[in-house]
Amino acid sequence: MTQAIQTNTAEPLPLPEGIQGIVADWSSDQRAFKNVPWGKAMMWIFLLSDTFIFSSFLISYMTVRMSTTDPWPNPSEVFALTLFGHKIPLILIAIMTFVLISSSGTMAMAVNFGYRKDRVKTFVLLLITAALGATFVGMQAFEWTKLIVDEGIRPWGNPLGAAQFGSVFFMITGFHGTHVSIGVIFLIIVAIKVIRGDLDHERPGFMTGRKGKYEIVEIMGLYWHFVDLVWVFIFAVFYLW
Amino acid sequence: MAHAHAAGQQQPVAAHAEGQQHPIGIYLKIWGLLFVLSTASYLVDYFHFQGYLRWFLIIVFMLLKAGLIVAVFMHMMWERLALMYAILVPTVLLMVLLGIGALEADYTFFTRGVFFLKGLL
Repeated sequence: MTQAIQTNTAEPLPLPEGIQGIVADWSSDQRAFKNVPWGKAMMWIFLLSDTFIFSSFLISYMTVRMSTTDPWPNPSEVFALTLFGHKIPLILIAIMTFVLISSSGTMAMAVNFGYRKDRVKTFVLLLITAALGATFVGMQAFEWTKLIVDEGIRPWGNPLGAAQFGSVFFMITGFHGTHVSIGVIFLIIVAIKVIRGDLDHERPGFMTGRKGKYEIVEIMGLYWHFVDLVWVFIFAVFYLW
Repeated sequence: MAHAHAAGQQQPVAAHAEGQQHPIGIYLKIWGLLFVLSTASYLVDYFHFQGYLRWFLIIVFMLLKAGLIVAVFMHMMWERLALMYAILVPTVLLMVLLGIGALEADYTFFTRGVFFLKGLL
């Protein structure tokens, strides 16, 4: 009865095709998520729970917007900016979208160079990602200031129309901005670990005895891409509706 | 148990050396594609498309972008089905919440209409 249990996740385990493979993975009375590091599976679970939180916000927003009898302020006009003498609709949000997508691109490349153990390139790309994230938060701060100070929008009402506009806007973008800010902090932490060689020397991180590995760059990447993913949905349903 | 041969025989250090490793070109292509899709969804607003066309375009671009990010940037398309299903299937439940929300909103809108109309009479 002393059969060795495969706990090593590096080699792809033999896998039956399709549904049979899923059943085999889940019913085997051992770890269900094979070939992925433990931390990565847990990050996915966390992201799933976060998906439900953001979805609750977005669906509440839909409910509130559909049920109000007051006119909803037109986001295209609220978020317009006057650049070079032209009033361009929604331009601030478009720029924020491009900044966040670019940060996702640099993050994906950082993960790639991380697995190639290219310390310097990974470090630089992580820092660029963090800088783009910080830029995004900065633009959001600008947007909030403009709305609160110039347009008098408050969580409990605004001069443009439905009172729910303010509460929904501050709630959703505030929660998303918090995610981005936390992401920036952790990007910097991971970048420092990379350049210091912590991951090459497998030095354990804080609050864990686990060895440092380049997996943490990918796990960080999952979080960061998720933040971008949420923005895709916010951009579509809040700003373009 | 086809994989029963002992785990201890494999080198523990090199074990985690590789992870998701793909050519860098694929990330650049997806990045470009995301830029194009974002521009397209911005243009939907810029050119003031309205009605069903607007909704159709917004949702198509949104889902394409989300799919690309999850599949390629988050490496979901290269993961085992067990993980893929564990993460993606529960999100389908949100469609139920979406439906409930829409029903509730319609009803609230209706009752508000009735209530405010009564106030006028």
